[in-house]
Amino acid sequence: MLLMRKIEEKVGHLYIQQKFGGFCHLYIGQEAVVAGTASGCNKEDKHITAYRDHAHPIALGVHPKYMMAELYGKTTGMSKGKGGSMHMFHKEVNLMGGHGIVGAQIPMGAGIAFADKYKGNKAVTYCSFGDGAARQGALHETFNMAMMWKLPVVFIIENNNYAMGTSVSRTTNVMNMSEMGDSYHMPSKQVDGMSVEAVHEAIEEAANRARKGEGPTLLDINTYRYKGHSMSDPQKYRSKEEVEEYKAKDPISLVLETIKANKFASKIELEKIQAKVKDIVEESVRFAEESPDPSKEELYEDVYTQKDYPFIKE
Amino acid sequence: MRTVQYREALREAMCEEMRKDENVFLMGEEVAEYNGAYKVSQGMLDEFGAKRVIDTPIAELGFAGIAVGAAMNGLRPIVEFMTWNFALLASDQIINSAAKMLQMSGGQYGCPIVFRGGNGTAGQLAATHSQSFESFYAHVPGLKVVTPFTPYDAKGLLKSAIRDNDPVLIMESEKMYGDKGEIPEKEYLIPIGKANVRTKGSDVTIVSFGKILKVVHAAAQELQKEGISCEVIDLRSIRPIDYDTIVESVKKTNRCVVVEESWPLASISSELAYHIQRYAFDHLDSPVLRVMQSDTPFAFSKNLIEEALPSVKKVMDAVKASMYVS
Ligand SMILES: Cc1ncc(C[n+]2csc(CCOP(=O)(O)OP(=O)(O)O)c2C)c(N)n1
Ligand SMILES: [Mg+2]
Repeated sequence: MLLMRKIEEKVGHLYIQQKFGGFCHLYIGQEAVVAGTASGCNKEDKHITAYRDHAHPIALGVHPKYMMAELYGKTTGMSKGKGGSMHMFHKEVNLMGGHGIVGAQIPMGAGIAFADKYKGNKAVTYCSFGDGAARQGALHETFNMAMMWKLPVVFIIENNNYAMGTSVSRTTNVMNMSEMGDSYHMPSKQVDGMSVEAVHEAIEEAANRARKGEGPTLLDINTYRYKGHSMSDPQKYRSKEEVEEYKAKDPISLVLETIKANKFASKIELEKIQAKVKDIVEESVRFAEESPDPSKEELYEDVYTQKDYPFIKE
Repeated sequence: MRTVQYREALREAMCEEMRKDENVFLMGEEVAEYNGAYKVSQGMLDEFGAKRVIDTPIAELGFAGIAVGAAMNGLRPIVEFMTWNFALLASDQIINSAAKMLQMSGGQYGCPIVFRGGNGTAGQLAATHSQSFESFYAHVPGLKVVTPFTPYDAKGLLKSAIRDNDPVLIMESEKMYGDKGEIPEKEYLIPIGKANVRTKGSDVTIVSFGKILKVVHAAAQELQKEGISCEVIDLRSIRPIDYDTIVESVKKTNRCVVVEESWPLASISSELAYHIQRYAFDHLDSPVLRVMQSDTPFAFSKNLIEEALPSVKKVMDAVKASMYVS
């Protein structure tokens, strides 16, 4: 979680320095959600999320240098510099995107689970999306089919209470978003997204249900993003006090307190972790900056699997 | 050779491929218990069971997205849309997800999927049920689009589509499902991306695709009686387009008419006219002409339909105009 935080802080700085372009949505404040998911899942499980996806590969154990190189549009990036900030994929850890169309990953996540069920695999799919994405009609179509077909998928609302500048209360009368599962008889619950332990437990419970063949679960995980929606957001829609209130419950500080209270690590060990994180961040930036751009020929690669596809070039 | 209906040819293609590959399955509205809205999938539930022939709710966006996710994760879905008009609700998943998955993931996740269904006009169904989407989807890199005209084409192209590792869209027609034609006893495939010269000729090249080829053939036969020899080319595949076959033909006939059951702006005919002027300019004896559907939503009245669609007379007139005869 600390690595995610420090990397994202660095990403924010680099973006301001215009080291790379595009949109840039930071995950700062929400780390416990993906960390609890990663610690509660099995290795063969699948993951799909939205464009706020820099932390997801890190949580799954991918060295952040590949994410950083993707932000720089380098050929060593996770998607060879073709996906950018919003489209992080990593097959080795079953990270199946990174999707830029709000809510598009909801049916896709169910489809990934459909394939595992079809093949008799025990894998579970974790399908994450925002409180804003939950307003898409595709959610209802998907919830209905996923429940009917008992697909092994866990739907995770990364509920940071805002879709860009629009708060949840401005888009619905139903403030408890876990109730969205009710019309489909989908087991649902609200989870404290600032507590990595709470997320871990909820994920485990939902995954067990899925693995037993009982189908999907909806988790409304309440979290908060400290930064703007993207790097270009002046944040006029919320008060400083509100942000401070959440920062007081910071998920990383909470973990640190737990570690100290239970003496899980000594002061020296903690300092070592800090130093290691710092090194990884620096190494990631160096790797990204030193990596080559994609060759021009790459433009026509990976569009079709067909090698001799006749592109129109004139 | 055997004579089969177009719908049977499609079914044979699906059944043969499903027998070969466990990972191929069919999903869509009414495909299983009801045996298909147009009876294309008749009997498939009995043979393959509910695991592989799957009825969906009326939720095009949702089930298209589920199929895309399944394709990313190792399956090879065939998605039947009752017609392509209704697939507009799914177009986000087709265009934003399926077409781009391989590229956005830097080659890590592909999308071997087939989307198929009826396309184009089918009688008095009015504006929402009478649209053609070949040029609409052909515009999108990452997709392939094919338009089988005969039962032979339907089987051969669908089999190729199911085996293709890229997303392929099949444009069928409610008006062709009952058409009969011969297919070989033995297994065969038709490659995607190759046009078919249906009639050899020397005076004018007519390029077309899909159901409206019936009108083109009727016109070509009438013209033959008047001593005008038309070369009729069926594109068969709209993305990629087999430009070489067209250019070669135009270099021979020096004249070209494109006939399309679709709206004129940004159509396949616009594209072909560009390509022909670019690569056969010095061979042209007259401008490339076209016969299109009217630039209007499709109306209900029989009278207005007649006015809107390409007809034998309109095609004959265009061919003659390209030859400067009347
Ligand atoms: C279909 C679609 N509509 C609109 C957008 C523009 N957009 C990008 S992010 C966003 C807000 C989404 O908020 P939420 O789902 O809560 O996710 P968060 O950013 O809070 O993580 C919008 C409207 C988009 N990318 N896709
Ligand atoms: Mg949000």
